[in-house]
Amino acid sequence: MNPQLQEIHELMARIGRPVQLMEVCGTHTMAIFRTGLRALLPEGLRLLSGPGCPVCVTHDRFLEHALAIAATPGTLICTFGDMLRVPGRGGSLETARATGANVQVVYSPLDALAAARQHPELRVVFLGIGFETTAPTTAGALLEAARDGVGNFLVLSAHKTMPNALAALLTSGEVNIDGFLMPGHVSVITGTHIYDAVARDLHRPAVVTGFEAEELLAGILAALRMIAEGRAEVVNAYASTVTADGNRKAREILHEVFEPCDDVWRGLGLIPGSGLKIRPALAAHDATQFFPAPSTPVPETSRGCRCGDVLRGVITPPQCPLFRNVCTPWSPQGACMVSGEGTCAAYFRFS
Amino acid sequence: MCLAIPARVLEVHGTEAVISVQGVQRSASLMLLEETVAPGDYVLLHAGFALRKWTAAEAQEQEALLAEVGLGPRD
Ligand code: SF4
Repeated sequence: MNPQLQEIHELMARIGRPVQLMEVCGTHTMAIFRTGLRALLPEGLRLLSGPGCPVCVTHDRFLEHALAIAATPGTLICTFGDMLRVPGRGGSLETARATGANVQVVYSPLDALAAARQHPELRVVFLGIGFETTAPTTAGALLEAARDGVGNFLVLSAHKTMPNALAALLTSGEVNIDGFLMPGHVSVITGTHIYDAVARDLHRPAVVTGFEAEELLAGILAALRMIAEGRAEVVNAYASTVTADGNRKAREILHEVFEPCDDVWRGLGLIPGSGLKIRPALAAHDATQFFPAPSTPVPETSRGCRCGDVLRGVITPPQCPLFRNVCTPWSPQGACMVSGEGTCAAYFRFS
Repeated sequence: MCLAIPARVLEVHGTEAVISVQGVQRSASLMLLEETVAPGDYVLLHAGFALRKWTAAEAQEQEALLAEVGLGPRD
């Protein structure tokens, strides 16, 4: 047996109880499937997928807001492709487009800014979704719009930050998580310091790891060693790309544009301080100033989809009654099947 | 969309660069980058912005991973 695997088995025997580790990043979920790792791990050691897919955690309330804007004449919605097919109560952005709404898929918020420059007669609304890695890119485009006076470039922000969500997940007590595997390069902006609170306040080991089988095993091993010894620290097993400090310049730009706010997550509900809203000084580019949010309450998901439970690690996708028979990547019933990083899509593809 | 895409820098014009992602040329912003880059360097590209300089080895490893899970260059 591979020496790392051997030590994992020995540590599990020493710990003497089941252990659950959560991988927070969708790319990890895929990498774990790709390497076939689960089959090699001892029985009591489970890997859960967490709320790390930005499209998946975006609440239907945001989608309804976007659909309402799309239905307003003189607007153009620009969005990452993954958002297009997320089904809401009133259809998806894709079905809205098919019935005449202006919806354009972009690779970058800068593409949306370019569309705004090109179409001064339209109000161009970029749907800002994503975590600490993506929010600075939206911020960069917004600052450029402000600098160049592109007044018709607006952002509807559902950007979120991860630490408070992990805390909410743990304090809910609904699912037992003994430690976290954190994504390697997605932490390039935040640095590993972002996980200090997980270790210090939540007393859970957090290991930053890569995506190869050996790297994943090393990450699991590092977490188990800490669990066996009752320690909770941040260990960086992926030092080549991620530094402790991350990218300060990108964080400064993020903070110039955004401030923390309370936000709702699919699956996790309202989490104080977990969202990013546009600062009042830049309100001229804040879509919520021009298009108020829907006033009626919106359920987080529709039609029997159990994305919320999947995102909390409470069920795995095959436990959802719609998985595979009704819900497929070609006919997704929920966000977790739409996005390539979604847990349901990963299970569909690899199991 | 959260994926980090490896890109090779072809040209640098101030805070803008022309980059190559799996053979496809695109423009990218260097506005968020702390390091300076020159043609031939690799960067981690995310949503049209270079976020960090990458070594050729890191870029190749990531490219292989993306290819294997069937996710080409996307943002
Ligand atoms: S399988 Fe489909 S319906 Fe079920 S939780 Fe996943 S996305 Fe939702």
